[in-house]
Parts: sequence; C-alpha cells; structure tokens
Amino acid sequence: MNLEQELKERLQKKDILLMTHIVLGYPSFEVNREVVRQMVDNGVDCIEMQLPFSEPMADGPVILKANQDSLANGTKIADCLAFGAEMAAIHAIPFLFMTYYNIIFKYGESAFFAQAKEAGIKGLIVPDLPPEQGESFFRLADEQQIAPILIFAPTSTDARMRELDGFGRGFIYCVARRGVTGKKSEFGADFSDYLGRCRAATAKPIAVGFGIQDRDDIRVLIGKADMAVIGSQTIRLVDSKGAAAVGPFIAGLREASAKPQSC
Amino acid sequence: MDKNGYFGNWGGAFIPEVLHQTFEDLKREYIKARQDPAFWQEYLSLMSTYSCRPTPLTHAENLTRHFGGAQIYIKREDLNHTGAHKANNVIGQGLLVKRMGKKRVIAETGAGQHGMATATMAARFGFECTIYMGEVDVQRQRPNVFWMEKMGATVVPVKDGSRTLKDAINEAFRDWVTNIDDTHYVFGTACGPAPFPEMVSWFQSIIGQEAAGQIQARHGGMPARIYACVGGGSNAMGIFGRFLQEPGVELVGVEAGGKGIASGMHAVRLGGTDASPGVAQGYKTMFLQNEDGQMLETHSVAAGLDYVGVSPILADHWEKGRVRFESATDDEVMEALDLTMKMEGIIPALESSHAFVQAFKEAPGLSPSEAIIINMSGRGDKDIFTIAHAFQDPSWKAFIIQKGLEYSK
Ligand SMILES: Cc1ncc(COP(=O)(O)O)c(C=O)c1O
Repeated sequence: MNLEQELKERLQKKDILLMTHIVLGYPSFEVNREVVRQMVDNGVDCIEMQLPFSEPMADGPVILKANQDSLANGTKIADCLAFGAEMAAIHAIPFLFMTYYNIIFKYGESAFFAQAKEAGIKGLIVPDLPPEQGESFFRLADEQQIAPILIFAPTSTDARMRELDGFGRGFIYCVARRGVTGKKSEFGADFSDYLGRCRAATAKPIAVGFGIQDRDDIRVLIGKADMAVIGSQTIRLVDSKGAAAVGPFIAGLREASAKPQSC
Repeated sequence: MDKNGYFGNWGGAFIPEVLHQTFEDLKREYIKARQDPAFWQEYLSLMSTYSCRPTPLTHAENLTRHFGGAQIYIKREDLNHTGAHKANNVIGQGLLVKRMGKKRVIAETGAGQHGMATATMAARFGFECTIYMGEVDVQRQRPNVFWMEKMGATVVPVKDGSRTLKDAINEAFRDWVTNIDDTHYVFGTACGPAPFPEMVSWFQSIIGQEAAGQIQARHGGMPARIYACVGGGSNAMGIFGRFLQEPGVELVGVEAGGKGIASGMHAVRLGGTDASPGVAQGYKTMFLQNEDGQMLETHSVAAGLDYVGVSPILADHWEKGRVRFESATDDEVMEALDLTMKMEGIIPALESSHAFVQAFKEAPGLSPSEAIIINMSGRGDKDIFTIAHAFQDPSWKAFIIQKGLEYSK
C-alpha cells in the first residue's frame, strides 16, 4: 500500500489524522526511541523524522536549536538512516524523513533513496527543493516508490498549487502561514479560504502544519484538513517535562479528534 | 543564467515554497529593469551624485617602484559612498524595491559594509530597515554597527551556528519568509538563489566598465592581470565582468587563507581542496562542509571573507579555468596592509588587502610594460579595532583603556 492509500484508509476511522515531528539525535536517539513509542501508542498516524542539518533555513528557534544540538552531540546521517529503519520495522505506522536537500545531495541521491527504501521509509519532505530544481530527485522517488511530499503555502497561487500537486505524492503539506516553524498560527477567515484553495487544487489528503499546539487548534482543522502536524510543540514538551509527557499530550489531542462514539 | 538559474553546474534557486511567488515577481522586475535603458541611466545618475562614481583608478607609483615589475593600479571602491563596493549593489536593488512598491528592506552583513550600505539606502529612500549580523561580526566590526543604528536601522546580532555571515543569511531568510508581503531581502553578494547572483553581478559590473576605460586611457591597453578578493564574490564579479571577454586578461580571485590552508582554519573554497559541491542558502556551489553535508566553521581575520560558500558564477568560471584562485593568510594580509599604508597613504579593508597580497607576490614577475589592477573593494576604517589589535598598538591600547575607565564611572 502506498502512503496516500494508507492515509486514506486511516481516515476511514478517524476524523483527522495526527502527524508528529522529531529531530533525530535530539536530545538523543535514546529519547527519540521513547518519544516515538509514546506517540505510536497514543495513536499518532505518521511521524516525520528530521535528519539534522547545520543550516535549517525554514525552521524557527526550537527546531533550529534541536538541529544544532543534535549535530553537536555528534549525530551522523548514517545513524539517522539506521534509526529510521529500526522505527519502521517495529512500529506499524508510516515514517517519513524530513531534511534539507544538501543532506540528500551530499549522500548521493540514488544511494539515499536506496537506503530510505530499504529502511521502509514512506515519504520525504524537503522544504528547500522546489520541483523545478529536482529532476533526478523526483525521478528516483518514482522509481523507488517513496512519496515526495510537496508543500503549499498561503502565497502559492492556484496555478502553482496545481503544478505542485502534479509532482507530489502521498499527501500535500499545507503550511498554515508565512514564516518559519514554531510560532502559533491564527486560524481566521483567510485561513479557511486558503485551505479551501488547497483542497480544490488536489485530490490527495491535506496536512496542515506550522504552529499547531493544542487540542483547540486541531478541533478547528477537523472537516477542513485530513491531518494535523505537531512539530515544535512536542520538542518543547520533551525539553521541559521529558519524554514521558509525550503520551498524555498526544492522547489529549486525540480526544478532540476521535469520531464521536454515538454515531 | 539558464531558465533554472544555473551557470554551468552551479546556482539554481533552492527556496521554500512560501518564497516562490516573491521570486517570480523579483525576476520579472529585474528583467524589466535590465531591458529598460532608463533604469540604468537613473542608476548611473544616482551613483554619480549620491556617491562618487566613477571611482578613480590610482597608479600606485611607489608600490610599482618597490616591487620593480608590473605597473600597479588600484581601483578605488573605497571612495564609493559608505566606503566599499557594496553600495553599487544596494542602490541598484533600492531602485528595484521602489519599483516593486515594498516598504521594508532587510539584509545580512559580515564586515558590516553591506549592512552600512543598506541602512544608508533605506534612510535615503525612506524604507524601514533590519540588518542581521553574526554576533562574532558585531564584535569585530563595531564601528559599522554604530553607524547602521545611527541611520535608523535595527541591527540584530545572530547567535546561532558559527555566528558569522552564513548564520546572518539564514536569519534574514527566516525574516523574509515571515514578512514577504512588504519586505525585500537585499542580498549582499553574488550568491544565494537566482536571480541574486546575476543581479548583484550586474549592479557591480559598473566597477569593471569604468576600469576598462580608465586603464585604456592611462596605460594604453588592457591589463595583464586583475586581482580581487573573494568572499561571496560580488566585488570580484564586478571588476571581472567587463574583462571576461578579453582573453588576454588573467583574472585572479583571492580567498581567505586564514591561519593557512593546512590549519583547516580558512575560507578557501575554490583555491584549495577542502570544499565540495553542495546546496545550501538557496544555491548550489562549492561549500566547505563535512562528508555528511554539514557546513564547517570557517576562519578569516576579514569578516567579509569568512563564508562557507561562493558565487555560483565564480564556481563556473573556476571550473572552466577562466578565473584562477589563490589565497592569502591573515599574517600576509597584515603585512600587505602595512606596506600599502606606508607607501601609498591608502588604507585598504582587511578583505581588500587579500587582493593586494597576491598582486604583490606576482608583480615582480611581470614586466614594467605590463599593468595589473587591484580591486580595492573597500576602505579599512571599519577595521580599526582589529588592525590596532593585530599591531598591538600601544597608544591605541592606552586610549581604549582610558575610554573604558571613563565610561565605567
Ligand atoms: C570591503 C569588502 N570587500 C569584500 C567583501 C567580500 O564580499 P564580496 O566577495 O561579495 O565582494 C566585503 C564583504 O563584506 C567587504 O566589506
């Protein structure tokens, strides 16, 4: 089953899916392991694992610091690939890699795709690789059947969204607002219009990320989006309360999104 | 530049989707400006009234005599307004910003010269202005921070990563993706995503256009060699541009050798073997990075050369053998600077002094009938603290201690 089918199947049973984000090697692989377990046990549908990069241009302070600390701990890309394989082997949800293009380019695109395939990774999110710059990347993604996840932004025109949709697989990642990861987003009328435009431009599931922090944010998204992405918030949580706090936090989010029992 | 922003194997535009539309608009505005002769006229007129263009080409007679070889000419970008070539690019982009109707400009800066020029332009054109500068560079280029703030700019010290130029660029991009609607990012060098490398080189090409006429008039022919320091590569592209079409003119880019290539503490991307192809900060070039693609720490006494990447256009000229790359160490730079001050009464910036080092090495081997041009990208006033420190100047030290005491009362 490919990523899109898998997500659509999960959507049969839930009114919104949850995707979470971790930065590999931050604060350690040991903690990553525990955090992933807690996420999966509490009903997360998909996890994006960020391979740290020294220049994470699209990330805000929380994820930026996590990238830098991970690298300062000595995290190597080979460790990240091995960790990805380990997670995909023991947990029955789709795992994605998120990183910046240089990590893949430097590893060698073919070698990276081959490794990711072998690790059982279902998709790749590369925020600094627009499709027009990634000819060989998108060819390899097709060959290896790993979904390249494309991103819509509020500044994307309708025509651009349709163009991106043609290159994307799995689902579309809609960034909730201008800016970098981490800061809270406002979900006003403009936001609804934007999500409407996203929906009209693609038949794939749509995920909404950037600044989603709590149950209320997720409640707003039900009916408008297919998947909510929690990024910086769980990193903050692990920083302040430790890995054990992740399970209850995720469970709390889920309460908002389980289909009502009565119907 | 091809349609994807490449120069040979280098360049491109590796940008997050949120910037896509802004880059489309910028490309359109840039192409329109290039096709509009009135735009360049307006630019030239501003550069000759608000700044001192054309800048002089000085025959360095004493240095020429001292080295006993080629006639040494110095292209005086230090006499450009704000004291460096940076204003050429900034005023050009400022005119584009006016056309685009944006109200706020942001910029990264290393040596502070690009920040200075941007703050100046913003004051003159009435834009709001924020400058991102690595914390390390804020310390070593303090005079420029002072002037930027005095001209109304907000200077944000960047505390991430190596706290130098590349980190300032990342932070400026983070601001831009947040405030795209009313903000233009005045990129400071011939790097970054397309169209910046070509656009910045276009504005800087004024240096070489002037120099070609000046050397013809003074020397009666083309120079044998031209030397320029290479940080991101904008002053080098500026002076090289006009001469690329002259096969007899050898073009020499000088990178920061820092504490020596062998020490690993340098910023030599094209003139050594430590760099490898990569994609970061929106473009593909030769980067100083490790085997995993993580950027390395760089080092130079000159903040403006202390950078992990280099212009994709220069990478293309390097690969094709059109531009030769050399490097100068921190120590060599201090010596060349000292000599230039004593013999010519000229104070080159630490960045520019790199070009002087290589020219001094090669001048004796050329004949007195030949001419060479050194692009003096900027003046050294901004470096007063660093230079005084390097020379361990006793009276300056005493003065600083005195001032410190006065302020701590
Ligand atoms: C005086 C001077 N020269 C050179 C440079 C290096 O930049 P580029 O290589 O773009 O000319 C700088 C950058 O800050 C500078 O201030």
